[in-house]
Amino acid sequence: MADTGLLESLLRLLEKVDGGTDSQDVAADLGVDHQVIVGAVKSLQALGEVISTEQKSSKHWELTGEGREIAEQGSHEARVFNAIPDEGLPQNELMKMPSGKVGFSKAMSNKWIRLDKAHEGGPRVFKTVETIEDTVRDKLQLVQKGQSAKLEDKEKNELKKRKLLSEVTVKSYWITKGSSFSTTITKQETELTPEMIASGSWKEKNFKPYNFEAMGVAPDCGHLHPLMKVRTQFRQIFLEMGFTEMPTNNFIESSFWNFDSLFQPQQHPARDQHDTFFISDPALAHEFPQDYMERVKKVHSEGGYGSQGYKYDWKIEEAQKNLLRTHTTAVSARMLYKLAQQKFTPVKYFSIDRVFRNETLDATHLAEFHQIEGVVADYGLTLGNLMGVLHQFFTKLGITKLRFKPAYNPYTEPSMEVFSYHEGLKKWVEVGNSGVFRPEMLLPMGLPEGVSVIAWGLSLERPTMIKYGINNIRELVGHKVNLQMVYDSPIFQKPPKNKTEEASN
Amino acid sequence: MPTVSVKRDLLFEALGQKYTDEEFDELCFEFGLELDEITSEKDIISREQGDEKAEGASDVVLYKIDVPANRYDLLCLEGLVRGLQVFKEKLEAPRYKRVSPADGGEPQRLVITDETASVRPHAVAAVLHDVTFTQERYESFIELQEKLHQNICRKRTLVAIGTHDLDTISGPFTYTAKPPGDIRFKPLNQSKEYTATELMSLYKTDGHLRHYLHIIENEPLYPIIYDSNGIVLSMPPIINGDHRKISLNTKNIFIECTATDLTKVNRFTVILILLLFCNNTIYTLQFKRLESVRFFIFLKKLILFQKGCIKSQVTELAYRTETLSGDFINKRVGINESAESIAQLLTRMCLRSEVSGEGDLIQVEIPPTRADVIHACDIMEDAAIAYGFNNIVRSTPRTYTVANQLPLNKLTELLRQDLAAAGFTEALTFALCSEEDIADKLRKNIAETRAVHISNPKTAEFQVARTCLLPGLLKTLAANRKMPLPLKLFEISDVVLKDETKDVGARNNRRLCAVYYNKSPGFEVIHGLLDRVMQLLDVKPDRNQGYHIQAAEDSTFFPGRCAEIFSCGKSIGHLGVLHPDVISRFELTMPCSAIDIDIEPFL
Repeated sequence: MADTGLLESLLRLLEKVDGGTDSQDVAADLGVDHQVIVGAVKSLQALGEVISTEQKSSKHWELTGEGREIAEQGSHEARVFNAIPDEGLPQNELMKMPSGKVGFSKAMSNKWIRLDKAHEGGPRVFKTVETIEDTVRDKLQLVQKGQSAKLEDKEKNELKKRKLLSEVTVKSYWITKGSSFSTTITKQETELTPEMIASGSWKEKNFKPYNFEAMGVAPDCGHLHPLMKVRTQFRQIFLEMGFTEMPTNNFIESSFWNFDSLFQPQQHPARDQHDTFFISDPALAHEFPQDYMERVKKVHSEGGYGSQGYKYDWKIEEAQKNLLRTHTTAVSARMLYKLAQQKFTPVKYFSIDRVFRNETLDATHLAEFHQIEGVVADYGLTLGNLMGVLHQFFTKLGITKLRFKPAYNPYTEPSMEVFSYHEGLKKWVEVGNSGVFRPEMLLPMGLPEGVSVIAWGLSLERPTMIKYGINNIRELVGHKVNLQMVYDSPIFQKPPKNKTEEASN
Repeated sequence: MPTVSVKRDLLFEALGQKYTDEEFDELCFEFGLELDEITSEKDIISREQGDEKAEGASDVVLYKIDVPANRYDLLCLEGLVRGLQVFKEKLEAPRYKRVSPADGGEPQRLVITDETASVRPHAVAAVLHDVTFTQERYESFIELQEKLHQNICRKRTLVAIGTHDLDTISGPFTYTAKPPGDIRFKPLNQSKEYTATELMSLYKTDGHLRHYLHIIENEPLYPIIYDSNGIVLSMPPIINGDHRKISLNTKNIFIECTATDLTKVNRFTVILILLLFCNNTIYTLQFKRLESVRFFIFLKKLILFQKGCIKSQVTELAYRTETLSGDFINKRVGINESAESIAQLLTRMCLRSEVSGEGDLIQVEIPPTRADVIHACDIMEDAAIAYGFNNIVRSTPRTYTVANQLPLNKLTELLRQDLAAAGFTEALTFALCSEEDIADKLRKNIAETRAVHISNPKTAEFQVARTCLLPGLLKTLAANRKMPLPLKLFEISDVVLKDETKDVGARNNRRLCAVYYNKSPGFEVIHGLLDRVMQLLDVKPDRNQGYHIQAAEDSTFFPGRCAEIFSCGKSIGHLGVLHPDVISRFELTMPCSAIDIDIEPFL
């Protein structure tokens, strides 16, 4: 803060004038540099409504250092001219003068001097005129006297080009009295203290205003991972809809539960080495429900339950192969088999957990991702019911515009891809996959004939990436994550109406 | 999902109607196809090789259409057009039948010898007569063969298709297998004869063919097909002989399909592929005469020989009839249509159907090209597609259930919240990692980790399932070394351990791991976190009934700075200051303390 004396002098000056004054005039009156007055004005502004100010800027021409020198001593060319005696001067001597080089060429082009190259004893410079008029000096002197208006713009620009003149912008304040104008300064308190509260002195004090434009201090806290925050929300949605969580804490699965039980034939491409991670240790699974496995073998190789089957030689060796599960549907199969071993009651199951694919990796695909899955088993469920459940599920995410496309999936029939309308992209985008489990999967488990099982799935990463505007999946999942992103990520509420479709796709 | 690429204008001409891109997209959507991309050859070249290369390339508009993996009958322009025209009731579904040679002569024969048993034991063949190629039909024919090879034939590993000009060869044909040194012929597009051994090394550098060499490369005998004059037709699945190739002038085509053993492929698949090929080819070749296609089928003879069979076995073009009730379809789909209208819906899907007159029973004829229809539910789906998925009324099922959380996940959710409240930030790391991550870098022996090993990792990142969470957290620290210190991270997630008591020989284990990374080790911070976690779990500090820690040696930790954690007398994990070697092996520079516990005992 500028010293109180100066502030008060400024205020007293202001008190005397009507209508206000310019900070440049104040500087002149008080005999101090203008920048000091600018500092004083800022200090007074911080005191509240003591003064009111309006910022002004004005431009004026000023001489540069070289310009000032010329205004005093004359232009380089004039100095060169004056230095040449009537008998002339050797060129090399003239060039040794401080103004020599510039002055010589200027004086030459003004035709004030001439160069006799053939002169004995080396080139020599002679005057060609008697007297000269130093217009450059005259013009600069005008500017120095504050009469730059007398010069034409063209002249000023020419001098500016020669770096003799410069145009400066001066920022100044127009100062007027404020609503709480006073010529005395009261010191302001920064913070309320326990002593002020105890003594009551806060009543008399002035408090320095807060800067509400600044950011607050970040709270010292930990953060949940954005993908896990979204997982929590999906979990919540399923629980609200009455779905029970399946135990998906078994990454290692046998081919039997991952494929065979789902009526996925043993020669299906998904069972290839280049799509699935197989396990070398422990390579094989051992215990299977024997009766059930026989029924699975039969339905694959011979058919049954109204099916033609796939008519191939089903091998237990293939079913025994351990792998990293490629979908959580392997767990759904285990759960449905378990359900079939009791007196049937309707169930709604869900899970959100990791699955693994030995696929080519790119910006949106990793070898592992989280699959969200929902399953409903009851008598007489229809395709219309599946669409109804999907509608409810996606409505909870804020997605209401859905349509369904016929698709192919080896273990569901019918199979439907779920599309939602993306307001941002102005097109329909896929948000999930769904279907009705095939009888060849359900009946060998022992589920009653009339029971239908509807199911759907989607990835957790995709909606999360869109929600948080992440384009590369490695920035979201895995150790290469940027912790700042984790620190800064917002919570995953139901997206606001206008962003609804965008955030969920 | 296979993609077929068709010229838009040709497609619309064949459909007899012009569509806007949006209208066509809509039609595809209804039918279960996806208009994936609208492009041109020029666009594709300019995207892949730059604008300069694209100069002069065709800018005819191409539609790239995704076809579901079960509908190989739609895998070319002609198949697609037929499917859509039938769907729109502009065309009747074709019916195929096998015909005898027009001249009344003997059908062609393909004799399969026993030698093929070890390498590629199955083959079927057919003949197409009186074909007329144009440049476009020819291209479509070649492309279809390639599409089938890439998709249903699984890059020729299951089935390989060979096509030959019948008029340059003479039957009967012999399919046999010989040592590669004994096979000698001039292959397609080569100027001289090679032995099969020479061919294998010749094609090592061929951008296209080298991908198929592995299928027979290490076999003692290579499959080979000869005509009655000993001329080589093909050496499946690699290459055809040069003399027999089809051209624009070919009138009669001999098609052979050979396949590997039956554990990989069923015999019907081979026939199916042959059928699909003939079926779609017929359309290719009779492109302008779609409506009368039935009269132009000249499948002379379809012959399937199996290993050891001497007499020919003629395979019929098997149509199958299924009978189901309208009520079944209505109940499964959730609609209410008459049997007649359901029959009409199915007919639009190339499944000719009529009401039988008995109740609401419908008789559905399944063509041999629809091998995907194996159950009444497949027919039900086609009815639903023809009805229009989006015309079905959406209804909420009445299923009443009470939700339950998995206790382990419930505990995890509760703990995560409180660990974040304690100032630690949640990491999310991969369940797969390298052997080095869980062993060498942690100063452990891989044999002692009980790790589950992956047999086919593409890179070292996927060698094992993690046995602890620590490596993931340390890698997360390494990637965030520029962040202000201290860094405090945690993760509650599953690791995988071998366990012989489980059916698959392994089990997941839910672990809690946290690290503190700063200029000083901060053991007291990690210790304080343990105390807080135990407080949350309502376990008191007590040597017998509660939890306690006691000094332990663990190679991952700095000597004398490690303790084992016990709860109710049972070891649940470790905490301590990490060994400097561990820190530098994870490319870190500061001291770090860590805790790793099993949370399953607290359920």
